[in-house]
Amino acid sequence: MNTPEPATVRAVAVSKIFNPDKANQVDALIDVDLTVEPGELVSLIGPSGCGKSTLLRLIANLIEPTSGELAVNGKSARQARLDQDYGMAFQQAGLFEWRTVARNIELPLELRKWSKAERRARASEMLELVKLGEFANHHPWELSGGMQQRVAIARALSFRPRMLLMDEPFGALDEMTREHMQAELLRICSETGTTVVFVTHSIPEAVYLSNRVVVMSPRPGRIVRVVDVPLGRRDDDTRESAEFFKKITEVREALRGTEGGGDLGPAEVERLRHAGGDLR
Amino acid sequence: MMAKARLRSRMAQIGPPIVVAAVLIGLWEAFVKARDIQPFLLPAPSLIWDQFWAFDDKIWEATKVSGTNALVGLVFGTAAGVLGALVASRFRLFRDMALPVAAALNTMPIIALAPMFNNMFSSTSPVPRRLVVTIVVFFPVFLNILKGLTQVDATHVELMRSYASSDSHVLRKLRLPNALPFLFTSLKIAASLAVIAAVVAEYFGGAQNGLGSRITSAVSNSANGRAWAYVVAACALGLTFYLISLVLERLAMPWQAKRRGAT
Ligand SMILES: Nc1ncnc2c1ncn2[C@@H]1O[C@H](COP(=O)(O)OP(=O)(O)OP(=O)(O)O)[C@@H](O)[C@H]1O
Ligand SMILES: [Mg+2]
Repeated sequence: MNTPEPATVRAVAVSKIFNPDKANQVDALIDVDLTVEPGELVSLIGPSGCGKSTLLRLIANLIEPTSGELAVNGKSARQARLDQDYGMAFQQAGLFEWRTVARNIELPLELRKWSKAERRARASEMLELVKLGEFANHHPWELSGGMQQRVAIARALSFRPRMLLMDEPFGALDEMTREHMQAELLRICSETGTTVVFVTHSIPEAVYLSNRVVVMSPRPGRIVRVVDVPLGRRDDDTRESAEFFKKITEVREALRGTEGGGDLGPAEVERLRHAGGDLR
Repeated sequence: MMAKARLRSRMAQIGPPIVVAAVLIGLWEAFVKARDIQPFLLPAPSLIWDQFWAFDDKIWEATKVSGTNALVGLVFGTAAGVLGALVASRFRLFRDMALPVAAALNTMPIIALAPMFNNMFSSTSPVPRRLVVTIVVFFPVFLNILKGLTQVDATHVELMRSYASSDSHVLRKLRLPNALPFLFTSLKIAASLAVIAAVVAEYFGGAQNGLGSRITSAVSNSANGRAWAYVVAACALGLTFYLISLVLERLAMPWQAKRRGAT
């Protein structure tokens, strides 16, 4: 440990305002500070419209911040994108309908000029990982929504990026598949040291997967609380441990303060709590 | 079993239109016979049939001439439409200027330009007809392909951006495949338009060797049955063009046919 590695993501006072100074102005994110260290798995959670996808797209340099500083792997977000430092799984699967499932997974590898044999091998490996081996030659419309999402995850993982940006990747999956995918994600991260920023609507999922859970609130979108989750190595027992439930409660309370679209900020929640108001 | 089922569904597709056509032709024949309609008003299908086989050599020659004109115009018009759309999709300013003009011109009867083109070339030249067909074909192809190249899924664009892909990669991997169904949609429209334009352009003089000129000269000679025989050939030509573009679509995009079969 001589030269410290730069943070994978360092956001300082980042704001994103859509359509500034117009009638339809949206303050999607205000003054967001966030640091994600290499190898960390950080979840973003919050009500719909609080800017989770926007934050992910800022990190991916798909959009530019209105103000603030944003560095990825110690360089500008733009440079990190050009260096293809991350793989992204979008909220919509976004598969190419003119390609088969396997060739969808091969797309990023084609762009990286991998040979056909290498692409084939990696695609089938990825398909086994997401348990869609038999569907290699199917077209996307022949798959259910959850299956399409798994293909998109396989595509994001295919070139083994050092950072994964995942926008509600397991949203459309059934409970068993979801747990399988969670275990696989954790296995990949511990084996390869991949850093993950993960958007989810599920509190147990966020707590189970993450080192830290970032709780956000809408209008304007901002971070209201960061919950550390020092649960150690996850296994099936983790889901039943008292510590796990304690963290779930902590995140839930932080989230409760965000309901009502910012009318009820964390300060108000604190005040109400002291006044004896029952928020349940 | 599979082949049999497919054959049956194919029959179910083409059976009804054949029955409807046969019934209509039968009614037509009966109507003309019963009312004793004169051939210069409406010839009976049997008369048209006789005329068709009496003049089949000439009809075939005229069909080849008009068919060639339509094909040449279709090929050039499609090529120009695709190239124009590629340029327009690349340069926003050009697109913003060209799109409304093209959309407006697309609604105009371009066939009306045929007499002017006839005057520009020698009276035996096939060029004016081919030019009319080219222009008629250009607009639907240009407008459709441009749509296909530019109306791409926003997530797909972001995905390509996340791969730091170059413009040429975005074109090859995303925009062109996205435009392929639009190409065939426009080709199916353009194929029929090409035949109509090639035949109708001959109504306005010029070389006297295609289906259109044969129809006008037969009509002016009061040979109505023969005129209708040429019309039948023109219909067959249009249908052939359409079916060929349908087959090309199947060959180029097998997954689309599979998809339609599934739903
Ligand atoms: N391109 C855009 N133009 C204008 N406004 C936008 C744009 N993208 C997002 N917004 C707005 O920014 C806010 C945050 O959107 P975002 O998609 O980040 O929410 P989210 O937290 O991901 O929500 P969900 O959980 O429903 O996916 C919303 O109010 C949305 O309307
Ligand atoms: Mg979102």
